[in-house]
Amino acid sequence: MTPGPDRLHRAMSEKIDITLTINGRDFAIRVEPRKTLVDAIRDDCGQTGTHIGCEHGVCGTCTVIIDEDAVRSCLMFAVQAQGRKIRTVEGLANGDELHPLQRAFITHHGLQCGFCTPGFLMLAVNALEQHPDIDDEDLLDILASNLCRCTGYQNIIKAVRAARDEMRSEGGGIRPQRPG
Amino acid sequence: MGEYGIGQAVPRFEDPRLIRGEGRYVGDIALPGMAVGYVLRSPHAHARIRSIDTAAANAAPGVLVVLTGADWQASGFGDLPVPGGLTRRDGSPMYRPRYPALVKDRVRWVGDYVAFVVAETMNQAMDAAELIEVDYEPLPAVVSTADATAPGAPLVFDDCPNNVCFVQQFGDKAATDAVFARAAHVVKHGLVINRVTAASMEPRGSIGVYQPYDGRYTIYTTLQRTFPFREELAKTVLRVSENKVRVIAGDIGGAFGMKTAIYNEVALVLLAAKLTGRPVKWISTRSEAFLSDGQARDNVSDAELALDKDGNFLGVRVKTLANVGAYLQVGSQSFIQNIGTLAGVYRTPALHADITAVFTNTNPVRPYRGNGRGEAAYVIERLVDLAADELGIDPAELRRRNTIPPEAMPYKTGLTFTYDCGEFEKNMDMALEMADTASFEKRRAEAKKRGKLRGIGISQTIERAAAPSFEGAEIRFDRSGAATLYSGASNHGQGHETAFKQIVCDRLGLDPKEVHYVQGDTDQVFFGEGTGGSRSGTIGGSAFHMANEKIIVKAKAIAGHLLKLAADDLKFEDGLFSSPKTNQTLTMKEVAKAAAEPAKLPKGMEPGLFATAVYNVEVDNFPNGCHICELEIDPETGTIDIVRYSVVDDVGTVINPLLVYGQIIGGVAQGAGQILLEDIHFDADSGQLVSGSFMDYAMPRADNFPDVHVHSNPVPTKTNPLGVKGCGEAGCVGAMPAVANAIVDALSVLGVRHIEMPATPERVWRAIRDAGAKHT
Repeated sequence: MTPGPDRLHRAMSEKIDITLTINGRDFAIRVEPRKTLVDAIRDDCGQTGTHIGCEHGVCGTCTVIIDEDAVRSCLMFAVQAQGRKIRTVEGLANGDELHPLQRAFITHHGLQCGFCTPGFLMLAVNALEQHPDIDDEDLLDILASNLCRCTGYQNIIKAVRAARDEMRSEGGGIRPQRPG
Repeated sequence: MGEYGIGQAVPRFEDPRLIRGEGRYVGDIALPGMAVGYVLRSPHAHARIRSIDTAAANAAPGVLVVLTGADWQASGFGDLPVPGGLTRRDGSPMYRPRYPALVKDRVRWVGDYVAFVVAETMNQAMDAAELIEVDYEPLPAVVSTADATAPGAPLVFDDCPNNVCFVQQFGDKAATDAVFARAAHVVKHGLVINRVTAASMEPRGSIGVYQPYDGRYTIYTTLQRTFPFREELAKTVLRVSENKVRVIAGDIGGAFGMKTAIYNEVALVLLAAKLTGRPVKWISTRSEAFLSDGQARDNVSDAELALDKDGNFLGVRVKTLANVGAYLQVGSQSFIQNIGTLAGVYRTPALHADITAVFTNTNPVRPYRGNGRGEAAYVIERLVDLAADELGIDPAELRRRNTIPPEAMPYKTGLTFTYDCGEFEKNMDMALEMADTASFEKRRAEAKKRGKLRGIGISQTIERAAAPSFEGAEIRFDRSGAATLYSGASNHGQGHETAFKQIVCDRLGLDPKEVHYVQGDTDQVFFGEGTGGSRSGTIGGSAFHMANEKIIVKAKAIAGHLLKLAADDLKFEDGLFSSPKTNQTLTMKEVAKAAAEPAKLPKGMEPGLFATAVYNVEVDNFPNGCHICELEIDPETGTIDIVRYSVVDDVGTVINPLLVYGQIIGGVAQGAGQILLEDIHFDADSGQLVSGSFMDYAMPRADNFPDVHVHSNPVPTKTNPLGVKGCGEAGCVGAMPAVANAIVDALSVLGVRHIEMPATPERVWRAIRDAGAKHT
């Protein structure tokens, strides 16, 4: 089967049905194969907490957690995320109860405009879940993955360290949040 | 003073919403029937458009309309506003190019606006744009500021000789020249301030809506100065009365001065909405942001400092070429109003600045954090360090000798500013102690043993905030006694909701959890200006202060009536109306509820409790401070590590230290970022933007800086009722010279006297090699 240009073009814009599982909830959507995960999360699933800062995978603003990994959702196609467990910022709080990282960001003034914040939260949640005993240097290395233009990073670092210490003293890491 | 009082480190009230991802940025908004727009941009820095064929694009799937320059001309909309009122060197009027939203015959920078495609989806719009056939005839381009006025340089506009847009001079030329002619020492150096980009994490974006039934336009966008924006948009572009235009700015993901202008896309989404009958959304990609955002700074100066034999400053003389880019946007010329910062904190009697603004085939240049003040601070503080080096005087000592003493305030400089108040020398003393400069040489020697070059740099910084203008504030109580605050300001990360709620809740005794805050919607906020130039704490805050007092006057009258006392028998303190004549008290909330019941009010009193206030500040204020940067350089690789950074700031009365320190630290990161990392670079031959993505444009990251230590030395200003000085930009203004001076100090042992920005590892490495070559 030799795909001619027309056939390719049709395939590119033909939509397919997929289901994305975000924060424990299923979203049945129809998307073009070329649609990125971040666009699908925001537009098709209506979860606009995950933001787009660049479309080339450098700034980390679009960071979500997929299974055990922090992933740049602008660098992934929506179709690739089917069957995976996607977690976004909307899933961090438990009703009225904020995640320790969220509380720490507020306490330490770790956000100003708030645009990069969801990406930093998911990056940090993943880091602390996977490595609850992470030291300052390794933590800084991970936090250097994402860009922030407002804060100068100092308070973000403070907030994540404080959350790490709090979560550690509560006995080894935080369980991933509720299924629904 | 309660827990929310002025000076308290209150965690922000806007955070719970933002921390849950519930911010409402323009990209998050979806309106019924919304279509999507995409801009086709010029791939050439300079070219003639011979023809443009949109037939195939128009026929592509999902396309609603394709607009070109011809469509823009025929649209009935006016071109984008261009500032005026300036002149060229011979006094003739400045060159004011027309500024269409889509160009017709000529593109003037890579990224310039050629066509606008509107379709059902973004992919359809982009696919269709690829089908537009443009026949370009490339022309020579000039992208370098220094070369823009050279004889034979390509002209950005054919009828604009030497690419000169306007010229401005400040200070006393004759007196300054005279001083230089007889000075014992003259320190002279060329200083280049490179071009950077604001790179807010949220890119630009707009949604345009048009209602045919009443001819009203609504623009949702991410922007800073809501009200002047609406005024210009209505008057100049849409050509309707202002009340036919609604501007809505929700949450804004950073702006830094870049997001103030009426950009082309704003006009295009509104035109497209009118033509298609659908809301039209345009959101910039990051690549587009590099191609089309207003960029920043970019000027070349010949700077001189004249001193007497004792090291007293006699005069400052600066000649500058400032890049305007390919078009001049409203507000972009305002950096020249900040040239007063060249005077610094010094008693220099004679100053003169001569600025030539030039066009080049590059993105238009916009204000960016500091807006000319960081550049000017860099020039004067580098000159001072160069002088210290040439005369063999310690840099702190040379500064001390020339610093304006507090007794001399208010102090009219020889340039444009009159400083209100400040303790400049004390700032420096505090900073020197914080930075432990006394034992710096020991640290330098220890670093040398490790093969590192350690340097320390000072900058005494002063800058202008809250330039004369007004701001609106409204306090409105509803029938439940709960209040809503409306501000004309446009918060984009500074924490206005928190600062203003503090001012109001503390004074009126309200629970902030029961207070709602509104900004950014011109249909809701009665009157105002917006945010920029470090004005909102001062002017927006003072407006709420005024509104507070108006509320109290009326509330007292109501309270008196309710308590059957004269208003004069009452006092209002700690949120309670009370009197020695009764043991009953009333809260503001109780009074506000009563205000909705005429039977409970004095006869003839208008029901309701609400107040509007417009604070018009007539005099700017001058935040100031001292930055000290200590860093280490690896001479083998040229890499620079900031190891210590100390700031003493005087931003007057501190409303909320968390917010102030956040602004200063964020500003320091941007200033240091420019000195160390950031560079917008155009290829000299092709005019192509080489630094067109985050892969090429180095942004500061979490591991670039150590903790920044900040101490306050507040000297409240008498120029506004709160005593506040603007703090939004001060960190950036101070950081540029401090980091630059530290780098030179580290390399001075090798004979390096100056290094251009950004001081990339390669530049540093070469400077070291070149200096070494000179000595062999």
